[in-house]
Parts: sequence; structure tokens; C-alpha cells
Amino acid sequence: MTIVALPPPPDVSGGEHEHGHLEELRRDPIGLMRRVHDECGPVGAFTLAGRRVVLLSGADVNEWYFRSPDEVLDQGAAYPFMTPIFGKGVVFDAPPERRAEMLKNQSLRGPQMRGHAEVIAAEVERMVAEWRGERRIDLLDFFAELTIYTSSACLIGKKFREQLDGRFAELYHDLEQGTDALAYVDPYAPIESFRRRDAARVELVKLVEAIMATRVGPDAPAGDPDLLDLLMSVKDNGEPRFTADEITGMFIGTMFAGHHTTSGTAAWTLIELLRHPAEMAAVVDELDELYADGSEVSFQALREIPRLESAIKEALRLHPPLILLLRVATEDLEVGGYAVGKGDLVAATPAISNRLTPDFPDADAFDPARYLDPRREDDLNPWTWIPFGGGKHRCVGAAFALMQLKAIFSILLRDYSWEMAQPSESYRNDHSKMVVQLQQPCAVDVRPRNPR
Amino acid sequence: MKITVDRDLCQGHAMCEVEAPEVFRVGNSAQVELLVEQPDPASHDGVRLAVKYCPTHALSIVEES
Repeated sequence: MTIVALPPPPDVSGGEHEHGHLEELRRDPIGLMRRVHDECGPVGAFTLAGRRVVLLSGADVNEWYFRSPDEVLDQGAAYPFMTPIFGKGVVFDAPPERRAEMLKNQSLRGPQMRGHAEVIAAEVERMVAEWRGERRIDLLDFFAELTIYTSSACLIGKKFREQLDGRFAELYHDLEQGTDALAYVDPYAPIESFRRRDAARVELVKLVEAIMATRVGPDAPAGDPDLLDLLMSVKDNGEPRFTADEITGMFIGTMFAGHHTTSGTAAWTLIELLRHPAEMAAVVDELDELYADGSEVSFQALREIPRLESAIKEALRLHPPLILLLRVATEDLEVGGYAVGKGDLVAATPAISNRLTPDFPDADAFDPARYLDPRREDDLNPWTWIPFGGGKHRCVGAAFALMQLKAIFSILLRDYSWEMAQPSESYRNDHSKMVVQLQQPCAVDVRPRNPR
Repeated sequence: MKITVDRDLCQGHAMCEVEAPEVFRVGNSAQVELLVEQPDPASHDGVRLAVKYCPTHALSIVEES
């Protein structure tokens, strides 16, 4: 019997730059990944700062990717651009068994959702409380600030949220902008976005330090203890176990996965509904009917709102907040008839897989009806409908996120009417960083629907 | 109706427990426990919602004639 060595995956064209395809990845990542798929098929390769990236697309190889355990495809070393943001020892530096334990995060479990829905509805009402008449808002600024308040209130605690203002959201934005793929060459390279990232982290630590100072002594705020009180109460030989820097890192990590993702999806749901007035009308009718009896948003957001949910899912499919999911191969592997080498980066790509045909007929069209019975294209394609990833690492916050978006739009679309304030095609994402954000300007006009 | 759980995928989110507590129990466990494999017709709607809203797509239904 002869053992035939498997060939390496085919390489995509281009990449003559000193860091391979890095410059193209920083300029037009979706164009690069689309070309890998078109030229190479379901398994292809590009080069990132001297490392091979094996890029997968399609149900078969995606299922292999998402079912592979951490011991084979390791997430820990795949995102070097996150380490300066979280700080040492937070989240991605944790060993697999610790991560498994953290997945059991009580605050994201089903029975907690009712309370979260109430908190989120209250935060939306607070953001819009001062809205009178017509006004122009920036979608990135508005949703980024709102989701800082909702995620801090739900995941850290209401007391901590009450001690935050818009400054926290601005600094957090600088962190998210500090995710240039140049980090694969040097996470501390002397570029402006990394300098701002590091300055923002220092300022965030100062903010958290100032909040911590208010938590001791006679003037400490009343209310139930939150995660900050809990972390401050942990002692090691009588001394506080965690520094302000470490606590800040944990909070940044706790909020990171749910922040830019939810913020971006909210913005894209609204933009796509504005681009498709018939779909907008159907969603608004659905909400009018649902809330005609005066029921609470916190009650309905946990139930089916089929047209709204479908619009959110379609925004997620067309504009997935994470376009490239990465792991490191810890040993020599085989996928789709090709050899993957130990140390290679292995990637799945929601941006490409979400738009494959025939899985998604008329894949580039915004068509929320594809999720309604009997089509249910998300359920039919669990390994290519992957805005939340898949398998063991599938987004732990998926249910929370969907509930949050349902609560947000229950209020924003039921009580307000919206109009684009710039040409439809000028709303687009900025892909120059690994954390994808809406490109500014991204303005819309809003006014109350039923003047109260 | 028969329910199956993909143990590779279940992460114990307990969304199913919210939809049909008489069929699914998670509590503080890492994964779901099926209290009955073939639920009563009265539970079928809850089970369908549990399958639909499972965040990891770990649940499925086998319909029997």
C-alpha cells in the first residue's frame, strides 16, 4: 500500500507584497476572500505576514471547521490584534478548560433574558427621551452608545452602567478601531490607530479606577452589588486580588463580543429596511398589531416577531459583523482533500459563505421572506448561514443579541419614522480594520410617528 | 414527535427550558437533560419554539406519523 501525500491547498493570485496579501486584506478583505473562493473553490490559501491562511467556504468544510475541537483548531493564538485591547491574561489567553467554564456565563442563560429585556427597553427609552420633532442622528454614534449602556447594564450591572457616560463609548470606539491586521506583523507597530488604542485603554482604566474609588466609604452608591463590587471584594492574603487594570481588561472582554456586533447589526437592519419600503411597512404593521393591546416590549421581545426577526437575520446574512473567523492548526490536518500544516491559520468566512448559491437563492438580494415557512433557509443551511459562527464556538450571545435587537426595534420602529439622509449606496462598512464598523457619515432623519 | 440533542453542540444556554420546562431541564448543568423523549401533544408548540430558538442549533425533532 502506498501512502499518497495530500497536496497543499491552491494559492490565490496576488500577494507579491512583502507581507503577502496583508495589504489587500487591510484594503478589501471581502474582495480577497471572494477571489479565493472563485479561484480555488471551498479550500484555498492566501498569505498573511509569512503565514499561510487556509480559507474555507461551503457546508462540508465549514462543518469540519466548526466541529473541530480546540485541541486541533486553537482559537487562543489566532487573534493577536486583541491582546493589547484585553490586556494579558484576559479571555483569549485563557486555556480551553477555563473558557469552557466561562461559557456557562449565567448572565446569558435563558432564565435571565426577561430581566435583560426590561433593562434594554428602559435604555432605549432613555436614549430617545429627549427626541422632539425631527432630528438627524449618526447611526454609528447612536447605536454604539446605546449598546455600551445595554451591554454594561446587563453583563456588569445597573450600578456600573449608571456611572458611565458618553466618554466610555468614545474610548471604547478607539479600542475597536485599533484592530488593524498589521497586528499580524507587529501588534505594537508605530501607527496612529494603535497609538490611539493604547491611549484609550489607559483612559478607560482611569475611568474604572475612579468608579472603584466611589465604591468604598460612606458615600458608596446604593443598590444591589454588581460585578465590579464582586471583583473588588475578592482578596488574596488580605490584599485586593485584581488591579483596576485587570478589572478593566475583564470588562472590555465581557463587552467586546456583544458590542460592535450588535451595534452594526442594528444599523444595517435599519438601513436595509429603509432601502426596502415594502419590508419596512410590513415590519411596522406587525409591531402596530403586536403592541395594539398595550403589551410590554420586555414581554414581546422574548416572543416571536417573525417579520422583524427575518429582517434582522437578513441584515446579519448580508452584513455579518465578523467577516473572518480564525483558528490556528495545532497539528498537521486534512480538509477537503488538502493538507493543512501545523501552525497554519485556518479560517471560515461568514461574508462569503452567507452568500453562496444554491444555499441562498438570489444571494445578494435582501429577502427576509427566505426565513419564513416553508423556506427557512437559515435552518436548512446551518453550516453556511453562519453570521453567529457554528458548532461549539457558536456565539454564546446569539439569543441575547436577537432579543436585544427585537427590543430596540420594537421601540424605534413603533414610535418613530425614519428616512435616509444621504444616498442609499453611500451607507457602507469600513473594512480597514478587523473590527468592521459602519463608515461615517451614516446619517438618518427621525421623527415621532404618533406625536405624544 | 421525538426530540434529539446533538451533544457536540449543546452549550447549556437553557433557552429550551424557558420555552418548554416540562420537557427540557438545564439548571446549572453544562448540557440539557431531556425529561421526556416523546413529549405530549400539549408540549409540541413549546418544543418547536425551543428547537427554533436554540442558540447552538443542538435540538431537532423527528416527526412520526
